[in-house]
Amino acid sequence: MTIHSNQDRLFIRLLLCVTFLLIFFISDSIAGYDYIDINNPYIKKIPIAVPLFKEMNGSMDEQTKAREAVVLLSDTLEFTGYFKMIDHGAFLEHPEKQGISETSINFKNWTVIGAELLITGGLSMSGNNITMEMRLFDTFKAKRLLGKKYTGSVADQRIMIRKFCSDVMYLLTGNHGFFNSRIAFVSTSTGKKEIYISDFDGYNPKQVTKSNSISLSPAWSTDGNWLAYTSYARGKPDLYIKNLKDNRGSVVAKEGVNITPEWVPGQFVLAATLSFSGDPEIYMLTGDGKVIKRVTRNWGIDVSPSFSPDGRKMAFVSKRSGNPQIYYKDLSSEQEKRLTFQGKNNTTPSWSPKGDKIVYSSMEKGQFNICIIGADGGEPTQLTSDAGDNESPTWSPDGSLISFCSTREGVSRIYVMTAYGTEQRRLFSMSGEQTNPKWSSNNMGN
Amino acid sequence: MQKKVLKGLSLLLMLSGLLMFISCASTDVQSTPDAPKAQLAADTTASDADQDAAKRALEEEAIRKEQEAARNAFISEDVYFDYDDSSLTSSAQAVLQTKAGWLRNNPGASVVIEGHCDERGTTEYNLALGDRRANSAKTFLVDMGIPAASLKTVSYGEEMPVDPGKTEEAWAKNRRAHFTIE
Repeated sequence: MTIHSNQDRLFIRLLLCVTFLLIFFISDSIAGYDYIDINNPYIKKIPIAVPLFKEMNGSMDEQTKAREAVVLLSDTLEFTGYFKMIDHGAFLEHPEKQGISETSINFKNWTVIGAELLITGGLSMSGNNITMEMRLFDTFKAKRLLGKKYTGSVADQRIMIRKFCSDVMYLLTGNHGFFNSRIAFVSTSTGKKEIYISDFDGYNPKQVTKSNSISLSPAWSTDGNWLAYTSYARGKPDLYIKNLKDNRGSVVAKEGVNITPEWVPGQFVLAATLSFSGDPEIYMLTGDGKVIKRVTRNWGIDVSPSFSPDGRKMAFVSKRSGNPQIYYKDLSSEQEKRLTFQGKNNTTPSWSPKGDKIVYSSMEKGQFNICIIGADGGEPTQLTSDAGDNESPTWSPDGSLISFCSTREGVSRIYVMTAYGTEQRRLFSMSGEQTNPKWSSNNMGN
Repeated sequence: MQKKVLKGLSLLLMLSGLLMFISCASTDVQSTPDAPKAQLAADTTASDADQDAAKRALEEEAIRKEQEAARNAFISEDVYFDYDDSSLTSSAQAVLQTKAGWLRNNPGASVVIEGHCDERGTTEYNLALGDRRANSAKTFLVDMGIPAASLKTVSYGEEMPVDPGKTEEAWAKNRRAHFTIE
C-alpha cells in the first residue's frame, strides 16, 4: 500500500517535471547583476510594475486565472519586502492588450511612472492545462532580464508563479529566497495545542499532530522530510521524530522532559534537552532517537539549541549564570562563550542562515522583544518594541526575513519582518492562538 | 463401728441429697425471677456493643474524614516558587514536610509531582524550569525518607496555569509544584 502510494507520488512528481516544460527565452547569463543587496539594512525598495496578464484565448476561465495570477505574483514579490508595487491606475500602457514581449513595450511609459522593473505575463488554458509565460524587464536599460514559460495543470498555477518569483529573486539577489519553504507552528484552533504546517506565506495551513494533548516546539530537518517536536500524547513531554511523508518515526520518552529539538544542518542528527539525569541537559541524538552524547555539562537548565549553518557551533540557553542567557559552544574545541549580557531573560536563539547573526527573544521591563546579536557577541539590536510580547524568532532560509509570534493584537499570532526589523506584518489569521513558528529550508518538494 | 459408718454414709447421702435439692431448688427458684434480669443484662450488653460500634463508626468516620482531608490537602496544597527559581523557600519546605508526613502514613501511594511555571519566559525554557521545580520537590521528599520509586515528576511548563491572569498575583499562583495521587 505504502509502496503503491509512493510510486504514485513518484509518478506524479515525474509528470510534474515533464509538464513543467521550461522554455528559456534568454540563455545569456546575467550573473553579476546586483539589483538588491540583502545585506543593506537601509535598502530602497525597488519600484516594480506588474500589469494584468494577457489572456491568450480570452475565455472566462482564463480571465479568472489571469486575475488570480497577477494578484498572486504581486503578493509573492511584495512579501519579500524588497519591492514597491506601482498602482495599476498609474499605468500608461497595458501589455495585456498591447502585447507582453519587448517588441510591444514602450519602456519610457514605464520609466516615467517610476517603475524600475516590469513583469509582463500571458496565460492560456486548454481543458485542465494552463500555460503561463512571464518576463522580467529592466525598464531603464530597456532589457529583458528573464523570460520563462510554464505548462502544467491548473492547480499548479501557484507553484509556477512561485518558481518564477524564485528565479526573479535569484537574479536580483543571488539567492533563491524562500518561495519553496514552509512554516511549522503551534495553534490552539482545536482547543488543544497542535502542530500545523503552512506555506511560507501562511497559505494552506494543515494540522500535522492530532494528539489531543499538548504539542510544542516543531523542528525541521534540512531536507524538510522530518519534523521533531514535543508532545504530551503519553502524558508527559516526550520527543517525537516524525517523517512527514510516510508517518514513520520514533519517540524519545525518557524519564523527565524530552524537549526543544533542533536538527544539525544537513544531517540526520538532532540536539534536544533531556532531563533523565535529573537535570535538563542538551544531548545529541540520531534521527532514530538514540542518544549519541551529552553536549552540556552544567548543573541548571540548558535548553533551545540552534546550530551555525556549518553545524560546528551550537547556540543555546543556559541558566548557569543565575538567569537564562545565550551561550554558544564550539563542538570540536568544546569551548563555550556567553553571548548576551543585557537583561535577565534571553532565550530561544536562532542562528542566521549566513552564520553571522543570532536572533533571540529578550525580556526587559516585563516584555519580550526580538533582539539580534553578532554570532561572536557584541551589542545587540532590538528589532521589535512596544508591541506586546514578541517571541520565538525563526529565519527565512535566505536570511532576509524573520518570523516570530507576538501578542501585539491581543492573542498570539505569527508575524514576519525583515532581518532589520522593518515591514512587520501579521502572516495570517486562524482561530485560536498561534505560537512557536519554525521556518523550513527552501527545498521542500512541491 | 459399722453403725457409725452407716450413720456417716446416710448423713453423707442426706447431705448430698439436701445439696442436690437445694441446688435444684435454687435453680428453679432463681430461674424465674432472674430471666428478665438476664434478658436485661443481655440487652445492656447489646446496647453497649451498639454504642461502641457507633462510637467506633463515628471515630472511623472522623478518621476517614481526617484522612480524606489530609489526602485532599495533599492534593490541593501546592508548593510555590519565586520567579525563575526552582529552589525551595521555607514555606515551600513546610508544605513539603506536611506532604512527607502524609506519604509516610500512606506508604502505598504513588504520587505525581507536576512542575508548573508562570507565562513569562519562553515555552521551551519553562518546560525545563517546571522540570527543575518538580525535581526540587521530589529531592526534598526523598531526603525526608520517602522512596523515590513512589514519586514521579512531570513538567507542564507554562501550559496549565491555575490563573490565566496577567498579574503578579496570578503568576505567583502559577509558579507551583502540584501533587496528584495515581
